[in-house]
Amino acid sequence: MTEAPGPLLELCDLRKSYETTDAVSGVSLAIARGEFVALVGASGSGKSTLLKTVNRLVEPTSGTVRFDGEPIANLPLAALRHRIGYVFQSIGLFPHMTVSENIAIGPRLVGEKLAARRVEELLELVDLDPAMGARMPDELSGGQRQRIGVARALANEPQVLLMDEPFGALDPVTRDALGNRVRALHEKLGLTSVMVTHDMAEALLLADRVLVMEDGEIVADEVPRALLGGAGGAIAQGLVAVPRAQANRLAELAR
Amino acid sequence: MSDIGTILLGLGDKLAAHVLLSAAAIALGIAVALPLAIWASRSPAVARATLGFASLVQTIPALALLALFFPILLSLRAVFGEGLPTLGFLPALLALSLYALLPILRNAVTAQTNLDPGVIEAADGVGMTFWQRLRLVEAPLSAPYIMAGIRTAAVWTIGAATLSTTIGQPSLGDPIFAGLQTQNWVLVLAGCLASAGLALVTDALLGTIEKGLASRRRRLTFGALGAVLIGILAALFVQFGGGKDERIVIGAKGFSEQYILARLIGQRLETEGYAVDYRDGLGSAVAHRAVATGAIDILVDYTGTIWTNEMGRSDNPDRDTMLAEIAEWEARTSGTHVLGRLGFENAYGLAMQREVAHFGMFNDIGDLAARGQAMTIGGDPEFFERPEWEAVRNAYGLRFAAQRNFSPTFMYNALKSGEADVIGAYTSDGRIAADDLVFLDDPERAFPNYDAIILLSPEASEDEGIVVALSPLVGAIDVAAMREANLSVDRGEDKLTFEEAARRLAERIGL
Repeated sequence: MTEAPGPLLELCDLRKSYETTDAVSGVSLAIARGEFVALVGASGSGKSTLLKTVNRLVEPTSGTVRFDGEPIANLPLAALRHRIGYVFQSIGLFPHMTVSENIAIGPRLVGEKLAARRVEELLELVDLDPAMGARMPDELSGGQRQRIGVARALANEPQVLLMDEPFGALDPVTRDALGNRVRALHEKLGLTSVMVTHDMAEALLLADRVLVMEDGEIVADEVPRALLGGAGGAIAQGLVAVPRAQANRLAELAR
Repeated sequence: MSDIGTILLGLGDKLAAHVLLSAAAIALGIAVALPLAIWASRSPAVARATLGFASLVQTIPALALLALFFPILLSLRAVFGEGLPTLGFLPALLALSLYALLPILRNAVTAQTNLDPGVIEAADGVGMTFWQRLRLVEAPLSAPYIMAGIRTAAVWTIGAATLSTTIGQPSLGDPIFAGLQTQNWVLVLAGCLASAGLALVTDALLGTIEKGLASRRRRLTFGALGAVLIGILAALFVQFGGGKDERIVIGAKGFSEQYILARLIGQRLETEGYAVDYRDGLGSAVAHRAVATGAIDILVDYTGTIWTNEMGRSDNPDRDTMLAEIAEWEARTSGTHVLGRLGFENAYGLAMQREVAHFGMFNDIGDLAARGQAMTIGGDPEFFERPEWEAVRNAYGLRFAAQRNFSPTFMYNALKSGEADVIGAYTSDGRIAADDLVFLDDPERAFPNYDAIILLSPEASEDEGIVVALSPLVGAIDVAAMREANLSVDRGEDKLTFEEAARRLAERIGL
């Protein structure tokens, strides 16, 4: 499937404990180059915590994460995050910076100045008007802001894109459009993407591979077609049942 | 009486000193508060401790905080040597900086804790280091709130800085304290107007900076910042521009006689070509310490005060013996030089209204001890703390129903209005005659002698010119002349300024 041997991301017996509970209890996982993986589960299942161990926003209690074969604990934090795009639900655009400055922040941190042309390109990539660069974040809609969040995450030309409920706060139309856009960018830029979502339908429609988490453990690891065919066990099927029932009802209504 | 405009125009020096003191205190406050705030934002324990300390400081009255730095700095001399100033700019700066700490610290900590967690997560997510996050995200987003704290601190500091007059630091408090002393309300008003005006202008400028930071308009921010800097530079120029380092500093305690005598001395020195400066409104102990350490050059003090308060003596020899011993003690302990007596005595004594004393047949302090237990005694804020009072009280077995503190001016009013029946008054005070008061005799000689004497700091006593210029004052002022001069600034109407009163006094004594 890929030109280099071995997975791009490898999690070995990863555990994150808080005082009384384990958010992640011993997860091992390999993600190949170019995969689009969705992490699905109920609130509190540990999926966000697991995702954040990859860019070390969460430090695991034990276990290792390897990025391209290298344990990430050995990498300088800034350098690691430079190679990993991060998009999350509350977006976190810097309110005191223009859209252009927000997008260019990653390169700026390592002393590079992102060319105006490149900012326009990135805006075009996320379906925004290239002239929008001079605007301030508070002048934009939620959908526009998250598009900029994606553009900012891509400015460093990262190998990996991590997304934590990236479309959770958006209206359904924007959500659908941006989801498709991100999937297209994943292909176009040759990214390896990991997306946390609680929406199984979104996971099935966008991802190549769906991981289901429950109580800090991965309970299912299937391709979308297999899940729809009944694989993955009771918990996964419970999650799949919801969009399936909705689809059936809609089909009946249309008949 | 000079009109308020003239007084305000004459306050340039005080204003400059006030601006520099306040600016330095706020700058020091910022320099301490901001690193603490950064630390506190990373550690809740540090946040609790620092905010708790700053709040505690705030509960100490500003006047007391200023006064406390005198003994603190005095004890620190053990570490930093005798050169450490204990009066004037340094203690005022330290006390006011502590005062400025709380609003800056509180706003900075609050701003940090209220930062949008999403923005912080994004800053970490894009790979910012600690310092990058601080510089690029946290500082610019917190700046308007921190500025609001600095603004509050500035207004407080400018107000509290008026109190630094009492520890020998020139400020806009000088006219306020001088005016309060002599019921010269125009002088008080001028000081208040200048101080309030300064606070308002500062508040407006800092408010503009705050607005500029919040709306990200650089021109507004830097324009207002520039105006603040120009103000501080102007103050610096006024203070240090003219190369007036060689000024002779004359101290005055906080009552009229001291202000007048300081001007009299100053005018004599000025005619001899000296440049002079005044430190008005000093407390007794502070004033003596100031001349002994050279913080001021010249002071008029009183033999009995030095005898009991500084030397800690409780015996009461005749006035010549006392003066000789004081001169020897001053020379030995600090090198301070006693130039000589001015000629009059300003003793403490117990005074009553003449008709009350006459009607109640109070002739001496013994009568008061026998029949005055139901009375109220008034005194200036120092009086009841002084060893002389203790000595008198013990000598006669005095007991009163109540004792009340008044500023010297209000003490005489209290006697008139009956809020006090007897007061610890000053024998050279012009209001003794004007208010028709009598002093009760002191047959036990419990009050010591209070001859007014000129003290020269160790450095000033080596200046032949000063000694020559001031020697004609020795023995030249009798108590009648002093009373008249005091009354001319204390009376309710037709008040003279201290300068005018000093000139009239000079004429009267033929100098």
